[in-house]
Amino acid sequence: MDLHAIVLVLDSAVRLSVPLILAALAGLYSERSGVFDIGLEGKMLVGAFAAGAASAVAGSAYVGLLAAVGASVSFALIHGYASISQRGNQIVSGVAINFLAAGLTALLGYAWFSQGGQTPPLTPEGRFRNITLPGAETLRDVPVLGEIYVELISGHNMFVYLAFLAVPFTWWVVYRTRFGLRLRAVGENPAAVDTAGISVTWLRYRAVIICGVFCGFAGAYLSIAQSAGFVRDMTAGKGFIALAALIFAKWRPWPVLGACLLFGLLDAAAIRLQGAKLPGIGEVPVQFMQALPYVLTVVLLAGFIGRAVPPRAGGTAYVKER
Amino acid sequence: MSAEAPAAAETARPRRIGLPGWIEYGLIPLANLAAAFLVAGLVVLFVGENPLEAVQILVWGAVGYGEGIGFTLFYATNFMMTGLAVAVAFHAGLFNIGGEGQAYIGGLGVALAALALDRFVPWWVTFPVALLAAPVFGAAWALIPAWLQAKRGSHIVITTIMFNFIAAALMVWLLVDHLSPAGSMQPESRTFEAGGTLPKLGSLFSAIGLDIGGAPVNVTLFVALAACVVVYYLIWRTRLGYEIRTVGFNPTAAAYAGISPVKITIVAMLISGALAGIMALNPVMGDQHRLQIDFVSGAGFVGIAVALMGRTHPIGVVLASILFGMLYQGGAELAFEIPSISRDMIVVIQGLVILFAGALENMFRPGLTRGYAVWSALREPPAAGTKGGG
Repeated sequence: MDLHAIVLVLDSAVRLSVPLILAALAGLYSERSGVFDIGLEGKMLVGAFAAGAASAVAGSAYVGLLAAVGASVSFALIHGYASISQRGNQIVSGVAINFLAAGLTALLGYAWFSQGGQTPPLTPEGRFRNITLPGAETLRDVPVLGEIYVELISGHNMFVYLAFLAVPFTWWVVYRTRFGLRLRAVGENPAAVDTAGISVTWLRYRAVIICGVFCGFAGAYLSIAQSAGFVRDMTAGKGFIALAALIFAKWRPWPVLGACLLFGLLDAAAIRLQGAKLPGIGEVPVQFMQALPYVLTVVLLAGFIGRAVPPRAGGTAYVKER
Repeated sequence: MSAEAPAAAETARPRRIGLPGWIEYGLIPLANLAAAFLVAGLVVLFVGENPLEAVQILVWGAVGYGEGIGFTLFYATNFMMTGLAVAVAFHAGLFNIGGEGQAYIGGLGVALAALALDRFVPWWVTFPVALLAAPVFGAAWALIPAWLQAKRGSHIVITTIMFNFIAAALMVWLLVDHLSPAGSMQPESRTFEAGGTLPKLGSLFSAIGLDIGGAPVNVTLFVALAACVVVYYLIWRTRLGYEIRTVGFNPTAAAYAGISPVKITIVAMLISGALAGIMALNPVMGDQHRLQIDFVSGAGFVGIAVALMGRTHPIGVVLASILFGMLYQGGAELAFEIPSISRDMIVVIQGLVILFAGALENMFRPGLTRGYAVWSALREPPAAGTKGGG
């Protein structure tokens, strides 16, 4: 593989990892506050559908993004109501969110647009287009660096840059702000937070809403930035890969970026290596590459490479002492 | 790691005392179900159709004629097995979300048995072999998540989700590269001969005057019903069942009582995986007569809704799986009659049932408890000694 091929694989790895980064960060806020969320997939899916539908009708990408965030946050609030206010089982609630999303997006898409569950193809105004960074044209002829700058760094849509900026932003919020300190505390020991006179319920609701916003962005990226419209089951398990990445990163922002890039690279390599023979190994089945993120996560969870310890109060509702 | 054992126990369903059984097991599930269907009705309204008409078509499609009943029972067979699988794990305080993958791998066992034997022996020889292979393969797929939960504290929900995806990748690879006959582009095994197919129940139903047409309901239905009885005895009438329930209620107390939570976690998950694996008999040997990609098609997940709605009791599971069988069969009819309500409506209802009967199960409890308190206060006036009149 020459430089050009490597840059192309890396470029596609970046594109594939963007929804994972956004969704995994979404999960980070929620799970750090003590609300487990296996409904990332579902929230991304409603986000993608709402973005595709609204953008097709209104002809504006920003309306689409707004709709995506709105839809995703309302699903996040259902999850919040069930797991924070009603103290229901958070896993069950997440499963319900995923089914509701899978069913509703297909049903409404089918009923509203009658195109087999797709939303109509978008006009250029309905999509987020690629941004050419300054200097890309002049640097094109510089060897090596020019190619990397033009192909890999420049020429992505807004979401790609937002996702990469969201990582340091999340790190700052979680580790350097008062809100972040409380967020981490409420996920480890909600009783202590309550004793300090801070509302556990409101903190967790805020975390769940932030989770919804990020999932909405991840969904909008899929339907109105990466592609030109929603197709049914568009997320295709990306929410679960993001969940795996979050665990793989042990619920920390920078490692989330690393894990998502790794899983994105695996995905890109799987597409690239389809049918190719590797020296010494022979043909690697594409399914093996697809299963690798899940296998790696299980191995990590097993504690054979490091140890993934979830937030201590995760999965349990807080019952205020009376 | 013991710190995670209570987290696993959270998934167990705590029973609260104080309400009579008919409210606890009758009224509350019914109220939850009613809420789910009410919201589903609103969705139908939102799509611009008449919910009452939709219900009419759905019920007619599911039980209005012989073939519909046959299909309803065929689907119900799948859901009974996956529902039992989820229910047994629930009793041990475990959330087995991996029924889908375990059933998928169970299908591999069924297909291998059928492919090996179908040309040489009649179905009633293949059947017991497949009935053994399916649970063994299903249980094997549950073994690693079970062991990881029991020994290393890895959260079973996450590992079983991961194993669903791993199973899907593994099966696609096997079907494309190994099981599909030479020269075929279809990612599926060859079609079984007569010795690898299960008899349908058409003649049995025609004996009671019901023509089920081409409906694929087959002898697996009896396997599923028998499994319900076996699970009932296992959970409430055996020592192992007692130990499973004890671990589910309180792993720490169980450990003090000399019950090993590690052993029970693994055993309960193996039983759960085995039950999910048996589900594969129904579609693979009973209907399609070959191993196809994604033949489970969500039945493993329906099992979650079925177990929650059936309150993890075999009788509840039977009733809930018949309801979901009706939804699946009637939903197909509905999509045909009213094209704007596609079959995805079933998935919506499934999600709503999981939401209201599972995550929001306690939403109506305070109201009903208050209502019951008022009602029993009215029924039994404070004056003592009135009972003597009876």
